[in-house]
Amino acid sequence: MTDHRSQALVVVAHGSHLNPDSSAPANEHADTVRASGAFDEVRTGFWKEEPSLREVLRTVEADEAYVVPLFISEGYFTEQVIPRELRLDGWDVSAWDSDGLSADSATLTAGDVEKTVHYCGPVGTHGSFTDVLVRRAESVTGDPDVGRDFGLAVVGHGTERNENSAKAIEYHADRIRERGRFEEVQALYMDEEPEVDDVTDYFESDDVVVVPLFVSDGFHTQEDIPEDMGLTDDYRTGYDVPAAVDGSRLWYAGAVGTESLTADVIIERAADAGADVGDAVERVRDSTAPEPADD
Amino acid sequence: MDTERRLDALVGAVADGPVDCDGLRVERDDGYAVETPEGRHEGLDEAALRETLAADERLLDNWWTWHRLDGSRRAFLRWVEGADERPVDERYDLLEEGLTAGWGNLWIRVDLDDAETRRYELRHADDAAVDPADLTSFDDPLDLRRPLKFDDDGRYRPLKTAPNAPTGWRLGGLTGRDCVEAVDVAYPATVANWHRERTGTLDITHWRETTERQTGIYGVVEELPREAVEWVAEAACVDSQCLKRREWQYDEADDLAVDGGDGQFPCREPCSLVVAAARRWTTLEREEERTYELTLTPSEKEQVEAVIDAVADGTTDEIREADVYEGANRYRTRYLRAKRLDDEGNLCGVPTDPGDD
Ligand code: SF4
Repeated sequence: MTDHRSQALVVVAHGSHLNPDSSAPANEHADTVRASGAFDEVRTGFWKEEPSLREVLRTVEADEAYVVPLFISEGYFTEQVIPRELRLDGWDVSAWDSDGLSADSATLTAGDVEKTVHYCGPVGTHGSFTDVLVRRAESVTGDPDVGRDFGLAVVGHGTERNENSAKAIEYHADRIRERGRFEEVQALYMDEEPEVDDVTDYFESDDVVVVPLFVSDGFHTQEDIPEDMGLTDDYRTGYDVPAAVDGSRLWYAGAVGTESLTADVIIERAADAGADVGDAVERVRDSTAPEPADD
Repeated sequence: MDTERRLDALVGAVADGPVDCDGLRVERDDGYAVETPEGRHEGLDEAALRETLAADERLLDNWWTWHRLDGSRRAFLRWVEGADERPVDERYDLLEEGLTAGWGNLWIRVDLDDAETRRYELRHADDAAVDPADLTSFDDPLDLRRPLKFDDDGRYRPLKTAPNAPTGWRLGGLTGRDCVEAVDVAYPATVANWHRERTGTLDITHWRETTERQTGIYGVVEELPREAVEWVAEAACVDSQCLKRREWQYDEADDLAVDGGDGQFPCREPCSLVVAAARRWTTLEREEERTYELTLTPSEKEQVEAVIDAVADGTTDEIREADVYEGANRYRTRYLRAKRLDDEGNLCGVPTDPGDD
């Protein structure tokens, strides 16, 4: 047998009983990580789909499993549901010692398999996820240098549902603002002020990229937000990118979690928890970069 | 077949301890001892050992095939070709022609390629006899993810083990590992749980424990009455709805009366779909029963029953357009609605809430 302990990456996500696309980002990012060769094995597990969180670990062959939640913020799912369903023995949220943004990883065992499980913080609160937001703006505008004369709005749920979700939105908005790349950066919310409905009121720039901080596209990103912003009266008829709204041009990006660079943050989460990933972080960063636009 | 490579591996393996596989036994005593279905040889030096082993390539290849796999993958692939029941020679004769097995709605075929290596093919069981040219071919197990998300009518399948996997595809030229991987794409964790069951280590989580564990919006599900859990199992877990064999009960010592079905692989815990549906049923079961007085002809009463049956069995599509002898026929049902539902949609004009007169 080999002397290196084999390592698996397990991406865990919400999934859906109704929306077939909900699990697509988790699977696509898993494929990107698999292609990077950084892990002996890459698997996905879901709360609402199969393999379920309850049974995903028993499909893993490797000795060490790095579990990375494809979630935007720390909260109910990352702190309670996922550890409980994975049967992480002795899990307590204090193991992350987090202020709501700083969860890193905890090393545990699971009740139904003989493996070491490294339970990582969610993708959405990792510092590198800021780069994914920026990359999303580049993708939707087709401009790898987008920023000058552009505003950027980061949109999410407000504090109503989860205090940490607003924290994650502000965290990334602040970081992008500090970089000085965009003229203006603003956090906007779906259910509280500043509201996404009034997006154009918050920007001076004529062009505004709007990036929803969601893992996958669904009801909120495809129906609610486009209608709230006035991109369309009826989501079923679609909308233009960019779309003219109140004299501004809105570049609506759709869920940030669908951006392929997300795979990179998944690898970083596992690497931070001790996984040996070689140079996979750099390689995935390159391989997921958008093709330069044709002249 | 690369006999030398297999011999090297076997000699290496014997150094770590005796080899014992399907009628081939090799151990070190004074030199080597080899036992095959043909007889026993003792006191062999390595050259004689190699010569003896090389004389039965099938036996050697059989060991080589299985020693590189372990756990549920090995057990499953051995099951596919009946390795525990069929002697090596007979099995290899059959493998030359191809052996098949069924797993839920999957058809699995294994045969030997030109290099005498096992190759696996997967299809929907309904496509077993279809000309391969008429099927969409894939070669990576993960390519199956997308097509298997939808049934043949293009509808999303939220339950992977529902018996409505789509037809029209084949996945060929697979290694054993890829074959198991593909089965896991189609029916996740079924191989692992089947293996646990065969080795007496299946961990079943019954209804009570599952629902007591729930929090958030699913916290209410533990209030669902015991009697209603029978209806849940009958609604969702019978063979016509799910290929898994329900092994979970109400509680460890409190079995449900509904049959768990004959599926090949076990269901060890109420799935998320069932828990989510049960949440709705829990809310609905909180309502008090009421007595309504509805006036129907005997045929109309039977028609209501036929409509319920057709929807529950998913047979509405099978009822012919003009077959007005079927209660769930669309014209018959529209006629019933025209006659018996008032403008508010109330059956026989009886309001749902008495105060709404
Ligand atoms: S709970 Fe019922 S429907 Fe769900 S997987 Fe098990 S047997 Fe199938």
